[in-house]
Amino acid sequence: MKALKKLFDNMRPSFEEGGKLHAFRSLYEGFESFAFVPNTTSRQGSVNIHDAFDSKRLMSFVVIALIPALLFGCYNIGYQNALAAGVECPCSEGVFSLFLYGFLAMLPKLIVSYVVGLGIEFTVAQWKKEEIAEGYLVSGIIIPLIIPVNTPLWMLAIAVAFSVIFAKEIFGGTGMNIFNVALITRAFLFFSYPSMMTGDDNVWVAQDTILGLGYAVPDTYTAATPLGAAVAEGFAGFDCSTIKAAIIGLIPGSMGETSVIAIGLGALILLYTGVASWKTMLSVFVGGAATGYLMQALGLTQIQWYEHLVLGGFAFGAVFMATDPVTSARTECGKYIYGFMIGLVAVLVRVMNPGYPEGMMLAILLMNLFAPLIDYFFVQSNINKRLNRAKK
Amino acid sequence: MAKVIKLRKGLDVNLKGKAALETLTVACPGEYALVPDDFVGVKPKVVVKEGDSVKAGDALFVDKLHPEVKFVSPVSGTVSLVERGDRRKLLSVRVKADQNQEAREFDVKGNVKEVLLKSGMFAFFRSRPYDVVANPDEQPKAIFVTAFNSMPLSQDFDYILKGQEKEFQAGISALSKIAKVELGVSVKQTNDALKNAKDCNVTLYDGPAPAGNVGVQINQISPINKGEVVWTLSGEEVIFIGRLMTTGKVDLTRTIALAGSEVQTPKYFKVKVGQQLTTLLNGQLDQSKSLRIINGNVMTGFKTCKEGYLAAHATEVNVIPEGNDVDEFMGWINPLRTKEFSTSRSYWSWLCPKKEYALDARVKGSERHMIVGGEYDKVFPMDIYAGYLVKAIITGDIDRQEALGIYEVAPEDFAIAEFIDSSKLELQRIVREGLNILRRENA
Repeated sequence: MKALKKLFDNMRPSFEEGGKLHAFRSLYEGFESFAFVPNTTSRQGSVNIHDAFDSKRLMSFVVIALIPALLFGCYNIGYQNALAAGVECPCSEGVFSLFLYGFLAMLPKLIVSYVVGLGIEFTVAQWKKEEIAEGYLVSGIIIPLIIPVNTPLWMLAIAVAFSVIFAKEIFGGTGMNIFNVALITRAFLFFSYPSMMTGDDNVWVAQDTILGLGYAVPDTYTAATPLGAAVAEGFAGFDCSTIKAAIIGLIPGSMGETSVIAIGLGALILLYTGVASWKTMLSVFVGGAATGYLMQALGLTQIQWYEHLVLGGFAFGAVFMATDPVTSARTECGKYIYGFMIGLVAVLVRVMNPGYPEGMMLAILLMNLFAPLIDYFFVQSNINKRLNRAKK
Repeated sequence: MAKVIKLRKGLDVNLKGKAALETLTVACPGEYALVPDDFVGVKPKVVVKEGDSVKAGDALFVDKLHPEVKFVSPVSGTVSLVERGDRRKLLSVRVKADQNQEAREFDVKGNVKEVLLKSGMFAFFRSRPYDVVANPDEQPKAIFVTAFNSMPLSQDFDYILKGQEKEFQAGISALSKIAKVELGVSVKQTNDALKNAKDCNVTLYDGPAPAGNVGVQINQISPINKGEVVWTLSGEEVIFIGRLMTTGKVDLTRTIALAGSEVQTPKYFKVKVGQQLTTLLNGQLDQSKSLRIINGNVMTGFKTCKEGYLAAHATEVNVIPEGNDVDEFMGWINPLRTKEFSTSRSYWSWLCPKKEYALDARVKGSERHMIVGGEYDKVFPMDIYAGYLVKAIITGDIDRQEALGIYEVAPEDFAIAEFIDSSKLELQRIVREGLNILRRENA
């Protein structure tokens, strides 16, 4: 490690003010603090010791929590491709080859997401003479997981650039954004290129062979997500095997959202480490279940309340995106309301809006907008308490 | 039976190098310094010249705006240096102590406030709002005394009080003639002189740091509203007043804890305010290491050097590794980073609550915008939205600062929140600057 440290030390002068590579200072700093914990010590007048937990650790644990969903997503891409090609039992193809196919299908999107997103972040950090923030490490991995596998890379690049610039950087970067960056990317794609993002078109299942792996699927093949199919059939409800498949995750859908088990593993990591708020996460499920139950009791839908929770992006959104500490409610009591409302709105959109089967993205974005308002009431009650006390 | 207040929020950090309960007395001769910066909010005006001889209790400098507030010499001797910095800012007034110590006699009968002003004891009062030296023209609604310090590596006031109970009670009784006295005691303290103290209202606190902060205690008992003033003192400063009241002499002898992982034999030292630290630190430190000597507590104190002088309000001197020579490879993801303490379960420290940590002074991360909402509230046992208040201070929104309760806080109340902050914001600095600006605006 000493050699690496020396390398960084030797390189530093050329990145500093007046150095040849000063234009890449943010890049150098980003990599240096990535490799070694900065050994700057606390300044005069501030606390002398610090907790070892920092935003790098925070973000990297979210990334770790996303890995089960990512790995399963890769496998499922291969599985769905084989299924679409008419293979009766895709498992016979071998887990690894299915996974590899899916991985190769996913990898370009992951690369595009990181290159475009981090590229913009490094540029802005350089321009603002700030250090690069870690927020995009999480957004960059979530984005490929919440879009259909057949999204063209150029669309993805435009969407990522749009959301990083207009949903994050113009507000001041990580920690200041109002909306979840990954969801803005998805929303941008959804409203700009709707035919590529939803419906029972050929968007959910990879169609081509990659490096000789997988199958070429005829263009006429279509596969809808179970939720999409349910909407098309007027909320006829599901049979038991669909629900089982949804929990395991072997259904068509966005790359990371299908498996409740893989998402559950991520949720355990987030809750165990305390990185995500259990209050928000629990409230989303409670809100969704309660609304689902009500809707069914009112006869508006045949979908059972628990089916809402396992289908579509509900679980993924609840675990990884509703709990985004920046865009969610910041007061502890506010988190309950914020989470509950996400669950409520998501199911409401699913049931009441016949045009679009999924409501999670819109629900979270809507509540992102309302999170400051929810907080406002709690903070204001504290302020009022203080005012009343002064009047006495 | 005194009221017990249970505080759930907060954090006790178990640090290595706690002071053993034995006291050494340090020989008196040497140089002493009174540093105006230790008395926040004061514009000092020197009233002695180099070469003047002074007795313990003679003023070295006074506050320009309130010349009756005097800052007195802790020892008798000769003024050796009036140290000035840029733009002639007064940095310190140093006194070379005599072999034979003499103290000025004060007449302690009559108005207590007058006596405290004359003898320089008044300078130890701090007032909220702003956490600055008290203004003698104001009438406080109460005087809050905290008899325990809950921060890691802090002094054990129970131990210090032993043998000085009479002076402590005399001090409390004298204070009660100025305003109502509220005494904050920890449930862990056993000295009867605290729980059964007379002329004051005793409240017991049960909870982790910062329960010993007087600001937390004020917020629990009688929160400060706009326009109200509260004066605060620490337990040992009450003993100063008690000594004055019983003997008529100024005696600024403190028993401080020399503690921290880098101190070879951590224990207590009987010293005077303004004592040069070399007298305590000689032979205690490993000179080859890069160390941070802290004038005061590890959470709230200021970095100093071996030749520095004990700060006026410091109840301990902590020494920890500086850590600027440590290069941890990918520490932010390393699962085996067991030497570090964290409140997060992404580390293992929650599994061994009894382990003592030798933390260094690294920030262990880089400063970011406030990312996690409600992070501070977990360790901020006051009815205040700490994160929102800090944001209001950063944005300079004075109306909102007032509404969110800035008058109730001092920088030290944010120390634990600053410790756990994953965004590594310098909360104590931010709050200090905010209070300074607010004080100028309201002046």
